[in-house]
Amino acid sequence: MERTALLERLTPTRAAIVWHTASVGGIVPEGARARTIVLDVPGWPGHVAGQHVDLRLTAEDGYQAQRSYSIASAPENPQLELTIERFDDGEVSPYLTDELREGDEFEVRGPVGGHFTWRVEDGGPLLLIAAGSGFVPLMSMLRHRAARESTVDARLLLSARSLEDVLYRDELSRRSEEPGLEVRITLTRVRPTGWTGFDRRLDADMLLALGPDVSEHPRIFVCGPTAFVEHAADLLVELGHRPGAIHAERFGPTGA
Amino acid sequence: MAPFSRGFRGRPRRDVDPARVPPGQYVVEDFPVLSAGPTPRTPLDEWSFTVDGAVGEPVSWPWSEFVALPSETFTVDIHCVTKWSKLGTAWTGVSLDTLLQDVEIKADYVTAWCDGGYTTNLPLRDLTTGQAWVAYTFDGAPLEPEHGGPARLLVPHLYFWKSAKWVRGLTFTAEDEPGFWESAGYHNRGDPWKEQRYWND
Repeated sequence: MERTALLERLTPTRAAIVWHTASVGGIVPEGARARTIVLDVPGWPGHVAGQHVDLRLTAEDGYQAQRSYSIASAPENPQLELTIERFDDGEVSPYLTDELREGDEFEVRGPVGGHFTWRVEDGGPLLLIAAGSGFVPLMSMLRHRAARESTVDARLLLSARSLEDVLYRDELSRRSEEPGLEVRITLTRVRPTGWTGFDRRLDADMLLALGPDVSEHPRIFVCGPTAFVEHAADLLVELGHRPGAIHAERFGPTGA
Repeated sequence: MAPFSRGFRGRPRRDVDPARVPPGQYVVEDFPVLSAGPTPRTPLDEWSFTVDGAVGEPVSWPWSEFVALPSETFTVDIHCVTKWSKLGTAWTGVSLDTLLQDVEIKADYVTAWCDGGYTTNLPLRDLTTGQAWVAYTFDGAPLEPEHGGPARLLVPHLYFWKSAKWVRGLTFTAEDEPGFWESAGYHNRGDPWKEQRYWND
């Protein structure tokens, strides 16, 4: 049964996945460790919120390096936005966060991933749980929701070390006024004076406070470092959410 | 011709034999986890491994019988479609040659199926002659649930999504039936040396 349900949920992606030249149209700093790269990609086939792209850099001597990054922008946005977190020992992310300038070029191909996706037509309620840069694909979903003027019940629980580590902070506080959207943040290490949000590692009480209830069968998307996603997904299963409704995307510090 | 990325000077690892790294991959030391849902946890007394479908007689081994089958300990390089490769990983498991030796096989394709609902498809020719195992230890210790324990398929010559975590059985099919990622835009076979990442590669 479970197997059939999973297969039914899949939407085959059948646009050819080929390399496109992307040129950097803008760069937006996102806190201390990340930046958003705004790209013009002629011929880009479009994406579904939650998908990612492959990115390929080519050095002058022909050496190439590839990595995968989640798409931050809404499908409705004509430009493609990627938010890159800097991994200090990485080969690619320090280039993208420190060196890259407007007008520079590299290649992207995609979109990739037919499972960790959400469209307004899929309906809700939506339960989004992210840590760190795991917020990126979920922000694409929230931007898509807003672009379509959807009021579908959406709840976001975001875990960050400090307020400075929260991506898209200004946009997020603006969006939290949108009808039907509930945003809760937990700061696990450093909290500003007077902080009234959550102040601890993700736990079951937090999920119960945020809702929605298990009986409402939310579509759940969890993204973040492996340990966070494992923990969140285990809590959700223990609370009674159907494993097949829990979409997970994990990333680790893999020298990106 | 790819555009140059101004100011990018890659620093491929000098301590790695480039002949062991397929195109577009980079070598990691940790062991990243990729899976599409929660980690299933099946108690060993409810676990079994089944071979069925287009076979003479379906066969099933409970855990205690499975780990009593002749096993092999082997070291292989693994390559994930998300670009990381991990070299020299050590596993213990049962070769599919052993599992299938007494099975009357009547079809050329296999769907591997798993706890949690994951599936992946493989042609039989990618599973025999020492190319595939059902592995239950990694680095000498029982395989962790997040890495696919109690047992996972291991087909190291293909991208790692073919090495299905939490595998519970193989079903032989007359037709090649795309599995979970194969239905979602990924390549049907997934040879890392041909960089077969997506369906049109």
